[in-house]
Amino acid sequence: MIWKYAMGLFMAAVIIASFLLVPPTQGLGDMGRIIVYHVPTAWVAVLAYLMSMVHSVAFLRTGDMLRDRKAAIAAGLGTLFCVLATVTGAIWARGAWGMFWNWDPRQTSVFLLLMLYVAYFALRASVQDPDRRAKLAAVYAILAFLTVPFLVFVVPRVYPTLHPNLINVTERRYEMDSIIRLVFLSSVVAFTGLYLWMFDLRLRAENILDQLERERGN
Amino acid sequence: MQFCSLIKAAWTVFRKDLRCEFRTPLNFSILMIFAVTVLMVVSFAVGGIALDPTLLAALLWVMLFFTAMTGVARAYVQEEETGTALVLRLATDSAAIYIGKVLYSFVLLVGVAIVVVPLYLVLFSVAPAMPLALAATVVLGCLGIAVTGTTFSAIVAQVTAQGSLMTVLSFPVMLPLLWIAISTTSTAFAGSNLVALAPDLAFMFFYSGMTFVASLVLVEYL
Repeated sequence: MIWKYAMGLFMAAVIIASFLLVPPTQGLGDMGRIIVYHVPTAWVAVLAYLMSMVHSVAFLRTGDMLRDRKAAIAAGLGTLFCVLATVTGAIWARGAWGMFWNWDPRQTSVFLLLMLYVAYFALRASVQDPDRRAKLAAVYAILAFLTVPFLVFVVPRVYPTLHPNLINVTERRYEMDSIIRLVFLSSVVAFTGLYLWMFDLRLRAENILDQLERERGN
Repeated sequence: MQFCSLIKAAWTVFRKDLRCEFRTPLNFSILMIFAVTVLMVVSFAVGGIALDPTLLAALLWVMLFFTAMTGVARAYVQEEETGTALVLRLATDSAAIYIGKVLYSFVLLVGVAIVVVPLYLVLFSVAPAMPLALAATVVLGCLGIAVTGTTFSAIVAQVTAQGSLMTVLSFPVMLPLLWIAISTTSTAFAGSNLVALAPDLAFMFFYSGMTFVASLVLVEYL
């Protein structure tokens, strides 16, 4: 309980810091602050998809339906954060590149990530039997995650892109100053906490729904 | 299952599918007609316009992809339709069935590509600067599509909306492979050196390999 309030206060502090501590970016002005929201949402989307894969593997090994429920919730939240990352990215692109969407490799890869997990829910919706649905969805979630490293990490580094890199891999340093880095990393922690809280809420709601269904069945 | 018995069983499944196909060449005919139809429609629509290599490459792979979606889905779906899926699962290991079906899908796709790709080159008046590279790209692309498509065929065979779901599920997972295939084909049309293409061809091979290995493990649960 206490950690939920602590995370809420921390998120509020991050939002305030993003306006008070993070200076306007050269060329983008105040729009540059969007980095504090855009990158953490993308990070959380990938984390959520990873968790979906982990729960799917656990389901296939144990047959525990709770794992299937967790995998579906993680995929749902991952899709939500992926949509947020896409929208915030498009807003930033309008300011930086003059247009919301231009099929930049980074934009293309995040769009494909969305398609992957929309297909996951299409598959779940097309199967009525819960056991079969869980198995098929688990197999798909594992296969889908095989493409995620390629889309998120490889494509933007191999193909020429206008998307900035926050980390200079060859020189092993961040491409932002210490204050911005502090607020940025705090935002990553805050959004991760937000994801965990939302996951917990959804899981509890789904467990209650499942219990009601079973009671109705009895 | 021991490796030799696995390969033997997979070869038996492949021969079974191939024999069924020769008896009533339904799949191959449908794939061929579909591919030729799409090719004719695109050629008619584009007319005599000279297209750049990237667009030519993209059109070729769009055609091959949708052709594959029509045919590769039937690898497992036809077993469910004919009521032989359970018998097949009782007769041998899931991994052997999967390998046999991948081989069958690959042979089917390469068979279609052997006819359709030269026809494409003729209709669009393309003389590829690197024909060997083009051939390698098409073969590796067909391999990747066969591997991924067969896995998704096993998934969609157990759902109701099979046709549309196959494309919806397959496209995002196949896209990295298609992306590189289009890039490599474009280079093969325009010309470069083979050494420059080697990493892309290697990627296509290893992407197919990675999906194949993952599918071998996962197909047990389907």
